[in-house]
Amino acid sequence: MKRNPIYGMMAEFDSATALVEAARKTHQAGYKKIDAYSPFPIEGLAEEIGFHHDEVPLVVLIGGLVGGLTGYLMQYWISVIDYPLNIGGKPYHSWPAFIVITFEMTILFAGISAVLGMLALNGLPMPYHPVFNVPRFSAATKDRFFLIVFSSDKKYDAADVRTFMEGLAPRSISEVPS
Amino acid sequence: MPEQLNTDALEKAPVIEPGHTFGTVTEKISAIVLTRPASNGWFAGFGLAFMLTMMMLYAIGYLFLKGIGIWGDTIPIGWGFAIVNFVWWIGIGHAGTLISAILLLLRQSWRNSINRFAEAMTLFAVAAAGIFPAIHVGRPWLAYWLFPYPNTMRVWPQFRSPLMWDVFAVSTYATISALFWFIGLVPDLATLRDRTEKRWLKIIYGMLSMGWRGSARHWHRYETMYLLLAGLATPLVLSVHTVVSFDFAIGIVPGWHTTIFPPYFVAGAIYSGFAMVLMLAIPIRKIYGLEDFITERHLQNSAKVMLATGLIVAYGYGIEAFMGWYSGDRYDAFTLWNRLHGPYHFWYLSLLTCNIFIPQVLWIRKLRKSPTALFLISFVVLIGMWLERFIIVVVSLHRDFLTSSWGMYYPTRWDYMTFFGTIGMFLAAMFLFLRFLPAISIFEMRTLLPEAEVKEA
Repeated sequence: MKRNPIYGMMAEFDSATALVEAARKTHQAGYKKIDAYSPFPIEGLAEEIGFHHDEVPLVVLIGGLVGGLTGYLMQYWISVIDYPLNIGGKPYHSWPAFIVITFEMTILFAGISAVLGMLALNGLPMPYHPVFNVPRFSAATKDRFFLIVFSSDKKYDAADVRTFMEGLAPRSISEVPS
Repeated sequence: MPEQLNTDALEKAPVIEPGHTFGTVTEKISAIVLTRPASNGWFAGFGLAFMLTMMMLYAIGYLFLKGIGIWGDTIPIGWGFAIVNFVWWIGIGHAGTLISAILLLLRQSWRNSINRFAEAMTLFAVAAAGIFPAIHVGRPWLAYWLFPYPNTMRVWPQFRSPLMWDVFAVSTYATISALFWFIGLVPDLATLRDRTEKRWLKIIYGMLSMGWRGSARHWHRYETMYLLLAGLATPLVLSVHTVVSFDFAIGIVPGWHTTIFPPYFVAGAIYSGFAMVLMLAIPIRKIYGLEDFITERHLQNSAKVMLATGLIVAYGYGIEAFMGWYSGDRYDAFTLWNRLHGPYHFWYLSLLTCNIFIPQVLWIRKLRKSPTALFLISFVVLIGMWLERFIIVVVSLHRDFLTSSWGMYYPTRWDYMTFFGTIGMFLAAMFLFLRFLPAISIFEMRTLLPEAEVKEA
């Protein structure tokens, strides 16, 4: 498949309020493949661009369960099956003594899953991305807000999108080469 | 309580001084890293810290050559400076996690300006702490035996021992603190990537920021992750010093075998940690002109946390003394008597003075507002908390059940060199951190600005 030379159309805004409003209007206008960029997290913005399923909590839950089971079963297998030692007459299966490490392993695995899960779901690390081709985009990590309609959107038509975006009163509009 | 009665609320200092925008916040914090030249003072401070680090490496090198006989550790005091310093350092680390995780969950937004360097402090303090148990094991090149790994000797660690729990608690804590700190830096590293004009810095910050572009989907997952990580770090931090206290409390030595240890260790950890946060924040805000971001409010709040945790610690001492009498156990009673009248009584009284009596001046609002006073009180608290661990470790061990096995502890120059060396290492790492990474979380500061609010049309 030939790659589309155009990645999308990008509009630049001055404030978080303008971005949220523009995102809502764009989504309502039927553009579904869109994204918004901001220098800090804005509550509710992800919902406006049609993002509803955040799988990070599930990944963390699974990580935590795996960690806890690993911790407990490891201690059980070592202390009861592979290397039973009589320590002060305590039973081989001294479950109260195993709780601390079980807990720590739960946290360790859940924490690592949270970070790696977030990165994987976000598709990071990704050193190159078409949006970086827009020179003004470097302000997205400072004080500017951007909205993009991807060229893969069914409704995408360069001229139409540009006209539509002009109606959102942006600071600037640029086409993003891929 | 209705809020109107809170007179403090009326005159609360702002978290950020008014007049800042996204641009000025970004510029001001990133300029410290990107454009401000390193001053002579920085080089002098870093140089001194670096020399202390070298002294520590020398002391450790000599230790590897000769064994722990060069230290003052003897029987009955097998745990000397090494464990005192370990507990002291790991306790200091706790404030960083408290600020970044617990205050996040409690929606204390003032934390946003101090969490970054407090987390760095945690990381370096845990690194300093981690050195001690590793070099204290006698044959430090075999320290990895602490971890359960399949080996040709066909032996495994013994999981009923609190020392084993400690290995897991501290290594989990170090890992999670590093992750929390690094992942919190990612959006700011992207800011630095986009701000710097030097190509090689762009590449380094670009690699570290992993291509962060601030997408709304990314932010959403990022925030979920950050909140969950905070939720995980909160019980973790409480568990770490609890487990450290188990190293003592599970043993039967009088002065160690008590149930008050876990809560009073955790409170003491936060107490000393906030003292260290203040000792770092006060010079940093002054030197780098960050009074707009680290305001009087931050200093006051930290002072209040210190006051509160200090009182919990005082309660812990009180209960220890009460139990010495009330338990009717003659050995416990003797431990109390020995602290007050034994050969180390001067240090016990100094501990009470540093940790309980002097910090009570924090009730005075004027002193809570004075950076100089807070700096000095924090210093006193850090000394006091070190003495607390000294009293717990050394004074409990030096006279236990049998008079025939009593002894005294005399630290050697190697003990001191290693201890002051770790302080140097901690400070050297802090100096480097200030120059290479944003010491204040830029993106979290942006969220505090009034313009960050989304107004519904």
